[in-house]
Amino acid sequence: MTGAPGWSSRDIDYTKPSVARVYDYYLGGSHNFESDRLFGEQALKAMPHLPTILRDNRAFLRRVVRHLTAAGVDQFLDLGSGIPTVGNVHEVAQEVNPQARIVYVDHDPVAIAHSHSLLDGNGRATAISADIRNPRQVVADAVATGLLDLDRPVAVLLIAVLHFVHDHDDPAGIIAGYVDRVAPGSHVAISHARADGQAALRDAAKVYDQDTSPNSMRLRTAAEVQELFGDLTMVPPGVVLLPRWHPEQGDDPDEKAADVPDDYPGLAGLARRD
Amino acid sequence: MTRPEDLAAQWRRAVAHTSLVSMDRKSMLWFLTGLSRELVDAAVTGDRASAVGRSVGMRLVEAHFTEPDALEKSLSLLGERLQAAVPDGVDATKRVAGMLAGIAAGYARALQSLTRREQQQIAAAAFTARSEAEARFRSVFDVAVIGIAVSRLDGEILQVNKALAEMLGYVPPEIEGRQFWEFTHPSDPPHAWEQVKQLLEGEFDHVRMEKPYRRKDGTSILTNLVLSLIRDEHARPQYVVSLMENITDQRHMQDRLRHQALHDPLTDLPNRTLFFERLDAALVGGGPEHGPGICYLDLDGFKAINDTLGHGTGDALLRTLAQRLLARLGSDGHLVARMGGDEFVVLVERSSGIEHLQDVARAALDVVRRPVLLDGHTITVTASIGVVQYSEGGTGAAELMKAADTTMYWAKADGQDRIALFDRGRHQRDVTRFALSSRMPKALANGEFYVEYQPLVRMRDHKMVGVEALTRWRLPDGRRLGPADFIPLAEQTGLIVPLGREILTTACRQAVEWANAESPLPLVMSVNLAQRQVREPTFTEDLETILDETGCPPHMLELELTESDLMGTDRDSLDTLRTIAAMGVRIAIDDFGTGYSNLAYLRHLPVHTLKLAGPFISGGLDGSAGNGADATVDVEVVASVVQLAHVLGLSVTAESIETPTQQQRLLALGCDTGQGWFFAPSLPPARIPQLAAAPTWPAAADA
Repeated sequence: MTGAPGWSSRDIDYTKPSVARVYDYYLGGSHNFESDRLFGEQALKAMPHLPTILRDNRAFLRRVVRHLTAAGVDQFLDLGSGIPTVGNVHEVAQEVNPQARIVYVDHDPVAIAHSHSLLDGNGRATAISADIRNPRQVVADAVATGLLDLDRPVAVLLIAVLHFVHDHDDPAGIIAGYVDRVAPGSHVAISHARADGQAALRDAAKVYDQDTSPNSMRLRTAAEVQELFGDLTMVPPGVVLLPRWHPEQGDDPDEKAADVPDDYPGLAGLARRD
Repeated sequence: MTRPEDLAAQWRRAVAHTSLVSMDRKSMLWFLTGLSRELVDAAVTGDRASAVGRSVGMRLVEAHFTEPDALEKSLSLLGERLQAAVPDGVDATKRVAGMLAGIAAGYARALQSLTRREQQQIAAAAFTARSEAEARFRSVFDVAVIGIAVSRLDGEILQVNKALAEMLGYVPPEIEGRQFWEFTHPSDPPHAWEQVKQLLEGEFDHVRMEKPYRRKDGTSILTNLVLSLIRDEHARPQYVVSLMENITDQRHMQDRLRHQALHDPLTDLPNRTLFFERLDAALVGGGPEHGPGICYLDLDGFKAINDTLGHGTGDALLRTLAQRLLARLGSDGHLVARMGGDEFVVLVERSSGIEHLQDVARAALDVVRRPVLLDGHTITVTASIGVVQYSEGGTGAAELMKAADTTMYWAKADGQDRIALFDRGRHQRDVTRFALSSRMPKALANGEFYVEYQPLVRMRDHKMVGVEALTRWRLPDGRRLGPADFIPLAEQTGLIVPLGREILTTACRQAVEWANAESPLPLVMSVNLAQRQVREPTFTEDLETILDETGCPPHMLELELTESDLMGTDRDSLDTLRTIAAMGVRIAIDDFGTGYSNLAYLRHLPVHTLKLAGPFISGGLDGSAGNGADATVDVEVVASVVQLAHVLGLSVTAESIETPTQQQRLLALGCDTGQGWFFAPSLPPARIPQLAAAPTWPAAADA
């Protein structure tokens, strides 16, 4: 999340890992380079089950988009969208409502270029290059795509991205910046790495504090994540451990959502602007 | 027998969390049920078991069961459970083995192809991102207003942008491929190319210079040039990037502004500022042997030209003289500056001495004297020039200029159209005078001025009939100054007005004191009056006030004006004098015989007394001085003056009588009153009464 969106080729350095490509690597994708894989391996050493957590995160994304689609929301602003592997917002949303419109936002020029090629031919989804810490610019650019109508509710998705935004950047203020610009009925969804969960995550996060890291991390507690929502109305159950957010109802007795350990390292929540 | 649905449920549990699969539970179950059915069918019928396996393996990958775990778990589950899904009696062992092999192969091929596709995608995305960024960068290069060039270390210019090419009047291909060494210019800054070489050798990373370039059309431009060394990741120099900005206009503007700031708009000569800049530099650089010298030139009577011919002509004259001075003296390397008004100065930066400066000053005088034809008038002007050589005039520029200015005024005072050379002694006196005159107001406030009185004695019987009040100045250091030392200064500064008022008051009060003493001493109090005092509009009122306040009767007061003051009196002052005379105050002509007097005019003046000046007395009346013939003439002249005075009804006082001979002759000529050392010097007031009672001078011959 450092610097402006990739403007010059100087920002495109394949010898340095990128958050988006490392994430793709964790998810089993091949949209990554050697530097990304080497970096990813280091975090995996500290936390071998990290991919599982990230798959849970993608599952949460799927659930929350479905939830929102079912609630009638058909506009999505996905902030920090990264390199879409499978189960992207437009796939999930447009499966239910083909009219759903999605604007992906990322500052990684490679991620944006990849998104463009992936979305080629999809008239209702696009990707823009911007720094999500600047709501005014992001919203202006998103509206300029012609896909978003700010007079109707928009779902602002902040999936696994805010833990790269540090306190000095005022994440709550950033979120408020988006909320102020969208219509009542809009939603904000957050998933976030947890500060007081498994120690392994903190070790993995330390990997992100190194010099070679694409971005350092700021883990947060449930209370801190709750604060990020400001005075929005929380959609039940509020900020919870990520897998516990509206889990799928299983008929399988040995797969219960209740099995989620209490020190599970991810948090999630959805809130609404009334 | 296991149903395909049951097999699918077991399968789902085995692989559910192995990979990122975007399916909810139901969809996944439905997906795996489909695969299970196909597998069971193939196991039963034996048709194309391997091909079905490959297809299943492929579809697992497509559904993104891409983690090897998913394959492992699938194969082991299917290996265990598939047999159980086949109706009893069918031995599917071989088929199942073939199917599993097919799944593995299909999975591997699909995963391989997915991996290749994704790698290709990300590489393409990276390429796109980079080329977009480069395109943006390229467009910056192309549209930049600043000129940009990229060169190799051997000097070959690889690429230039349009801005740079246009600056030099080319199109980019005309420059690309050439050597940047070709772009030397005769006015390149010193060491420019040396610095470039050092840059190429990696000694610096940046070099900035102002470098001129010759354009294709032969004209030159001045640029602000920054060369930067581009290094590779091992810090080895690779390329040189030049950023070039055309600062020609900017420089012209700067030059013009600087010229404007340093030149006089009327004559375009250097102005004060530039003059002092150059003078300061000359003072620093000259050394005692060849220090700078100054000729300070002021036109004589320029105001009259402005007043009579108009400012337009005055300005044209200044322009012409400026051009002529510059043409005559500038060619010798001297700086000719206009200091303002009609003042010019010639700076000789390295003067070999006063003779050198005198030559320059004479040349300047000659230039100014040449007639100027303007608007049909032939104007001839002259100038007064003050000449100062450094080391004589002082140490700093300001002192030197002050000395030059003073010296120029000497030339004026000495009669204009001439050169005056700086004279330290004269300057020192001027400085002292200036110091005195600036101290005077304070001295007046401090009561440093006091009055002494010199007796006026009736020639007939040697009786003291009056006194002349004489002002003295006692400085805090004890020195005493006579009127000659400070009255002219007081007249210049105007301090004479308050000072005169004070002296007059003191004298009147003194006269009254004597007149009202126990043994009354009615003396005529004679007080000197400067023309400047008479011109003061309130003089008459002031005089009345003083007479009132002191109680001095007007007839006891006599006011002395010098002959030249009186003759130069204007109508208003004359009216003032008449008013004073009408009040009963007597008026005396002081220093009579030192100036020019229209004797006929005398009778129109309200004068009561004529005081013969000292030189008149000493000229011929002192038997010891002069040759016989001249002495006789002098005596005759005095006799005539006394006679004339008496005809006009004036009393005659002889000043400066020092010897008995003078006294006797003046008495013989009919002078009424005498004054001088023969009788008494000026004395403190306390001495006067006793002197009146018991004179120290000889008794009158016939008394």
